[in-house]
Amino acid sequence: MVGLKWWQMPLISYRSWLVVRRNLMVFKKTWLTNIGFNFIEPLLYLTALGLGLGAYVKEIQGLPYIQWIAPGLIASSAMWATAIETTYDSFMRMKYQRIYHAIAATPISLEEVVVGEMLFGTFKSLLYGSVFLLVIFIAGLVPAATALLVPLVLVISGLIFAELGITWTGLVPKTDHFSYFFTLIITPMFLFGGIFFPLEGMPAVVQAVAWLTPLYHSVQLIRSLVLGQYSWLLFGHAAWLATFAVIFFRIPLFLVRKKLVQ
Amino acid sequence: MNWAVVAEKLFKRYQALEAVKGISFRIGSHECYGFLGPNGAGKTTTLKMIYGFSPLTAGKLLVLGMDVTAELRSIKARIGVVPQEDNLDPELTVLENLLMFSSYFGISKEEALGRAPRLLQFVEIEDRANTPVEELSGGLKRRLTIARALVNQPEVLLLDEPTTGLDPQARRLIWDRLLHLKQEGVTIILTTHYMEEAHRLCDRIAMMDLGEILAEGPPDQLVSLHAGREVLELGGAAKQREAIEKTLEGLYSHSLVVGESLFLYSNNGKELWYRLQQANGMISHQLLRPTNLEDVFLKLTGRGLD
Repeated sequence: MVGLKWWQMPLISYRSWLVVRRNLMVFKKTWLTNIGFNFIEPLLYLTALGLGLGAYVKEIQGLPYIQWIAPGLIASSAMWATAIETTYDSFMRMKYQRIYHAIAATPISLEEVVVGEMLFGTFKSLLYGSVFLLVIFIAGLVPAATALLVPLVLVISGLIFAELGITWTGLVPKTDHFSYFFTLIITPMFLFGGIFFPLEGMPAVVQAVAWLTPLYHSVQLIRSLVLGQYSWLLFGHAAWLATFAVIFFRIPLFLVRKKLVQ
Repeated sequence: MNWAVVAEKLFKRYQALEAVKGISFRIGSHECYGFLGPNGAGKTTTLKMIYGFSPLTAGKLLVLGMDVTAELRSIKARIGVVPQEDNLDPELTVLENLLMFSSYFGISKEEALGRAPRLLQFVEIEDRANTPVEELSGGLKRRLTIARALVNQPEVLLLDEPTTGLDPQARRLIWDRLLHLKQEGVTIILTTHYMEEAHRLCDRIAMMDLGEILAEGPPDQLVSLHAGREVLELGGAAKQREAIEKTLEGLYSHSLVVGESLFLYSNNGKELWYRLQQANGMISHQLLRPTNLEDVFLKLTGRGLD
């Protein structure tokens, strides 16, 4: 692993799972205090916008407003959970608790530690997205059985947001710099990712930029699966996400090594 | 001789800084070997290269007969590391820390549960097994870190400044435990800037400064070779010091001025002391004491260890 060029893929083994296990064990101790924020927020958006704004916006694309935005909030809930996990929490483990250093002194390589961190970030996406799916299912907002495929989308989009989060974590020296990540990347995706309004009405530039962001594609996929609106375009969104996840995979591994190992 | 570590012409460069400048050394199996030197000497960098966290800029480094650049994973399975800064899992308990760390080595849970009580007993924290680590004192954390470094029953234990920041009592306990491990045949490699620690624990010492090894050997041998048996420390105005230095000429092997004090080294301190009383000038303080590693460092660099 030492001395690899940035384009060379280091050997990643099952040992990354041991890192996920470690994070799960700590998560088991703290989940009650952590879980609230991530669930309450999408619920607030759903009720405030779905019911409040929904009283004026009667229908979007032939659907009640609350039903139209609910699936998109699955995608954003998952994104926020992963983004926070792989920035603030990962940074804490890496810089202050020095957990990465501790594990890298065992037969587990630093790259395997980083992959473990990304997989745990992916797990957060799967967990928070799935629970929100359950919530809107109970609320009667899930008409199609294909909603069962949503977790698959949560896994692949979760991996992408974990890659982005760890990349930022590998780049910045201080936690203060995470606010840029959220202000410049996460929040714009959240607002312009097609969760609250269809992008068709926006200027072509906004549509083009949205197309370049992963959240847009995961929103499109999840909404279609939840509402049962199928088209061949869905394969395009899935392929976009898969391609992004693969291309970006190596970057966080490289950046974290560069940051920690001198 | 079976070598635990063989290093040849090790270089380490960080951007503009040359932290380690082509050092060579060999550490035998079952030996306790210490890198002694002030901050910035290159001790920690050398240790990090041995446990594979810091890649070499140049040179050759074998640990347990394996090349660190090629077989790092196999090396890491057979060594234990106690880093300078604690990196325990703060949210997990003492016992959970050991179990989790064991899992990184592929040790089964049953096996780890079997080993943990003995390890906790060894560092005397068995009564804290279920305490979350964030509630432990600095000394207890360091002891747990040592226990954690032993979960894989390592052949080589590496410790970076193992007692820095600890109170004297905690320090003594750690020395005692390390001596015990040494008797059990574990190769111990440590860095320190405490000469007493180096003297007490190490079979051999590499005295380092500015990325180079200045002297290497058993502590007693280094002291007698470079500093003689005794040293007479004298305080006083510069003029008086110079006068005494002249009067006693021939009775000491070498002299040093450190701050406001004059150090006269000799194998016959009593003679020196006797002649000083006869000459007696305006001296603010005088002390005859056995030489130690600090004197060796003083002689080789002209500076103290701290």
